[in-house]
Amino acid sequence: MARYAMQRFILALAVAVAVSIISFAILRVSTDLAQALAGEAANQEEVEQIRIAYGLDRPLYVQYFAWLGDIARGDFGESYYFREPVAGLILDRLPLTFTLAGMSLLLALIIALPLGVLAALHHNSWIDRLCLGIAVVGQAMPSFWFALMLIFVFAVTLQVVPLSGGDTWQGLILPAVVLAYYATPAIMRLTRAGMIEVLASDYIRTARAKGLSSASILVKHALRNAVMPVVALAAVKFGFLLGGSTIVETVFALDGIGYLSWESIQRADFPVVQSIVLLFSLIFVFLTFASDILNAWVDPRVRV
Amino acid sequence: MSVAQTHSGERASARRLRLRRWGQHGGLLIGGALLACAIVMALCAPLLAPADPYLQELGARLKPPVWAEGGSWANPLGTDQLGRDYLSRLIYGSRISLLIGLGTVAIGGAIGITLGLLAGFFGGRVDMVISFIVTARLAMPVMLVALAVVGLVGSSLTVVILVLGLLLWDQFAIVTRTAVRQIRDLDYIAAARAVGSSTPSIILREALPNVTGPILVVVTLEMAHAILLEAALSFLGLGVQPPLPSWGLMIAEGRDYIFFTPWVIAIPGAALFLLVLGINLFGDGVRDVTAPGGR
Repeated sequence: MARYAMQRFILALAVAVAVSIISFAILRVSTDLAQALAGEAANQEEVEQIRIAYGLDRPLYVQYFAWLGDIARGDFGESYYFREPVAGLILDRLPLTFTLAGMSLLLALIIALPLGVLAALHHNSWIDRLCLGIAVVGQAMPSFWFALMLIFVFAVTLQVVPLSGGDTWQGLILPAVVLAYYATPAIMRLTRAGMIEVLASDYIRTARAKGLSSASILVKHALRNAVMPVVALAAVKFGFLLGGSTIVETVFALDGIGYLSWESIQRADFPVVQSIVLLFSLIFVFLTFASDILNAWVDPRVRV
Repeated sequence: MSVAQTHSGERASARRLRLRRWGQHGGLLIGGALLACAIVMALCAPLLAPADPYLQELGARLKPPVWAEGGSWANPLGTDQLGRDYLSRLIYGSRISLLIGLGTVAIGGAIGITLGLLAGFFGGRVDMVISFIVTARLAMPVMLVALAVVGLVGSSLTVVILVLGLLLWDQFAIVTRTAVRQIRDLDYIAAARAVGSSTPSIILREALPNVTGPILVVVTLEMAHAILLEAALSFLGLGVQPPLPSWGLMIAEGRDYIFFTPWVIAIPGAALFLLVLGINLFGDGVRDVTAPGGR
């Protein structure tokens, strides 16, 4: 187990480095930063002055290592727009985005787990088809459109929740529902597949033969084994939900990291964009690592 | 003679069986029909559209659709905030969505299938390196990276297609790799090598044609994915630019009117939903029909 964990850790570290290089490179080759900073009206001389002032005249790899070194010390640079450290800007907004993603994940699990179990128990019945239907519809619906429709129905017509804003927990309900809807199908499908596999296995048949009650078999033997991969998937899904926060926070005008990323992109606030891309990627790498370890811990076959 | 006849008879009945299997799959039929509608709309847009999708008529702004109070057949789906005929814009919009879907899949497919073929066929170090690249790619948040790059490079239809194509190749690589690994050690590959075929020729002539089934499924999934991403990018103002009638952009432009004329966002959203649903159902159907065991 320790050896497997070590291997996974090294892989995760390598991926993290690769991701940092990619996120540095793609944003850097996308545009001439000095020109973007100087603005359209600037002449060549002004652009060159800015290039030197911001250290953009150095070779790319020098800039990369300088950037990496700063990050290792917790210095994510200074926002071109706010003239404040990026780390502070992100930290201020982190709780909102994390709360939103957490709420969504919880909601998705509350919906997906029972439905997945029911679908597996009544394999090929109407409830199974209903679950499949929910998944198919969920995958086809544009999230921002779903969000607008929910706003129209619940905030404009029925007026049961506030129109926008994250100052109260009620304001987070609709955004959480939108995000949860996108995490639900995958979790539901995995629960269903896991339960079907587990229910057909020998040890469940043994438990039945021993005369244990259905409820006891379901909860103690089947669910426990089927649910662990789901927990692992849920960890990875949390990363996806953070990525999805850009759209949802923008539609609902929530001042979280997703909204900050969208605004910063429009303002060409390069250090902020780069830091958020890196942060989300690193969180994703960490969650994948955690989920690998979790899976291996539960199922020793994975370690081989 | 009689042997040959039985043989051709068997083949005909096998074909009939296959046809029946395609014909009896509900999802496949519905999905295929929705997709066909979109393709016809895109190809015949000038014939189908009742008006010029770019013609503004400021005197006739935000007219309701025909079924609502005050609607008329002159503009069956009403008009937008600049008085442009909504049905015409919707019809022309299908071109953009399909173009995005096909363009992205062409670029992403070329990259992903190439990587998948190499990783699956050679295994070992090659596989390790390519799998690592795929893992790194999966760690990047697609939406955010696409937004950032389009935002920095400048948004246009071409840029959106390029960016999405360069991002959405991971599933092609993963599925192709798995499929090729399964056939790599089969006899006919060994036979091709025995008769002296070169490695590139074996990969292209023997391996690739036998993994098209799973790849076709990925084609549909990623097309749907790309169409939704373009709509989201355009909605956020960092995708296709006005006055092009992108469905995502139409939703963004109608957003300010959600209180009084909710249909201006409901209609293009429904179109997006139906198109993506159609593509997904079609893909699921193809998977069921071509590989009934793999459900």
